[in-house]
Amino acid sequence: MSLVADKITLNRPKQSTDSMDSDSSEQARPLIRVSDFDFFYGDKQALFDVNMEMMENEVTAFIGPSGCGKSTLLRCINRMNDLVDVARIGRGTIEVSGANIYDPQVDTIELRKRVGMVFQKSNPFPKSIYENVVYGLRIQGINRKSTLDEAVERCLKGAALWEEVRDRLDTSGLSLSGGQQQRLCIARALAVEPDILLMDEPCSALDPVATAKVEELIHSLKDNYTIVIVTHNMQQAARVSDRTAFFYLGKLIEMGQTEQIFMSPNNEQTEAYISGRFG
Amino acid sequence: MTTATTVQPAPAASPISFRQKPSRAKLIERIFFWIFRCGTYFIVLCSSFIFLTIAYKGGQTVFQTSFPFLNMEFLTESPQTLHVFEYEGQKYEMSDQDFRAFREERGVDISTTTYAHSGGGIWPCIVGTVMLVIGSMAIALTLGVLSAIFLSEYSRPGRVLNAVRLSILNLAGVPSIVFGIFGVGMFVLAFGWGTSLMAGWFTLAFMVLPIVISASEESLRAIPQGLREASLALGASKWTAIRTNVLPYAMPGILTSSIIGVARVAGETAPIMFTAAFAIRDQLPWEGLDRWYDFFFEGVMALPYHIYVVSAKIPQNEYTERMQYGTAFVFLFIVASIALASILLRIRMRSKYRW
Repeated sequence: MSLVADKITLNRPKQSTDSMDSDSSEQARPLIRVSDFDFFYGDKQALFDVNMEMMENEVTAFIGPSGCGKSTLLRCINRMNDLVDVARIGRGTIEVSGANIYDPQVDTIELRKRVGMVFQKSNPFPKSIYENVVYGLRIQGINRKSTLDEAVERCLKGAALWEEVRDRLDTSGLSLSGGQQQRLCIARALAVEPDILLMDEPCSALDPVATAKVEELIHSLKDNYTIVIVTHNMQQAARVSDRTAFFYLGKLIEMGQTEQIFMSPNNEQTEAYISGRFG
Repeated sequence: MTTATTVQPAPAASPISFRQKPSRAKLIERIFFWIFRCGTYFIVLCSSFIFLTIAYKGGQTVFQTSFPFLNMEFLTESPQTLHVFEYEGQKYEMSDQDFRAFREERGVDISTTTYAHSGGGIWPCIVGTVMLVIGSMAIALTLGVLSAIFLSEYSRPGRVLNAVRLSILNLAGVPSIVFGIFGVGMFVLAFGWGTSLMAGWFTLAFMVLPIVISASEESLRAIPQGLREASLALGASKWTAIRTNVLPYAMPGILTSSIIGVARVAGETAPIMFTAAFAIRDQLPWEGLDRWYDFFFEGVMALPYHIYVVSAKIPQNEYTERMQYGTAFVFLFIVASIALASILLRIRMRSKYRW
């Protein structure tokens, strides 16, 4: 028990190493690697031969029109697609920290602890704010009050929600506004100390003010976490991400530094999409 | 000039009338409206006639004009033989127990007319029905919720699942007497439990299982998928997710729908008449046991079966009628209370969980 407590109270090692400068120009090392990845829903192929790398402590944005496979790929990274009965992998691998996550030996529970996820529709549990945040810890059997209290404060601060809810931690998570609920979901994901945060259109249901807050949060989380975000909003991709990947019809069309993708895309489909000519 | 003439308000010359005119369509409309209305009122009329008759006649048995206004003998004693006799010019009606005391006291032998089952009360029947309901619902809920979780959360859709669902649905259409016969063959004879509480529990439980399973499945499916995904994404195993974030929110729905099952269990005669119910048993279920577990292997009396016995198995007369209506009244009251409890529970639970 004390070991777990130490783990939580200790600073994350990588925070100290590169919190000073998280510029993407600094030599980044790939944390997630997708190789030759084909993916099917039943007979319908959703992803075609995707090859890409997502760098540690960077924000990678997936953009592209609806149905292009970006959410599918995101949900493959923590194997949430396992829940879909007809989903299957045709070919290829996804590696997280060098380990193939589709290896039969992989424990999805351990994987999902390291690869957290924030969903498009904010989905706080119908429990108190406090219980929402500590859920991930409680299911690991961590019940010591001091540990949980500390985690709640740390995670809510991390999700920039602490000041707004500190006085009403025992009220229902559903009583919060849409933007607060989404930040609560982020806080909840932070509590299990993931290395990677997957965000599936986290702002699509939020108003501009709430969106700005979540984007600000993504910026600050970058120092400690590797973030992959799916977005329909190209301005958002431009604002928050270091690298951008453009998907179209299940294929990765182009990937590169965000400025490069938006300023001088190599592919004409990419250019057509980001300039708003289709999609 | 020309424009001025065309702009003349033409409607003013021949105003459109919205006044009603008799028409065929309207007549048909009227006729059907009355047919529907009569149909509904007819049902209301029938059911009120039934309820009022039972309440009026049963009320005469259950209530009395003097303190404590409830006929305590009827509610707290066992069914007994009624003795009707004349003694020193006065007419008496007494239950067996009272009559013996009376005779003892006077020290005389009195000749009486006896009527089986028409004296005493229905206390053992109330006890038996409550026990049958509690036990069978416990079994049905356990089995039902387990299989509903499997069906809605774990099993993969396909032909096998459809076959299982179909057979569960068909089970709901099986007549209760078939369950009764099945219970006799399976529990009473094959398992050798005899006519017992256990056999009754399982027979009734099997009968309400379809209701419980479909209600539980529906409640489980009503829980947003997002809650399951969120739990799993936080490192929960499937069972942990179900236990912490699906089942608790589905429970109100499961319980309320199951209470409909309770009303059915309480009211069924056919499944218990061969498996659990005795026409008469002197002792209450917990009395006269050699070993504690004999409790489960003794039959009980039950309200619906008692109604059947007093209205079809014994010679009819003015005295049995009182028992029939009194029992029916108490029985209706118990079922109505259960239904009311379910409505209150639903209101309470609904306000508690919302998403």
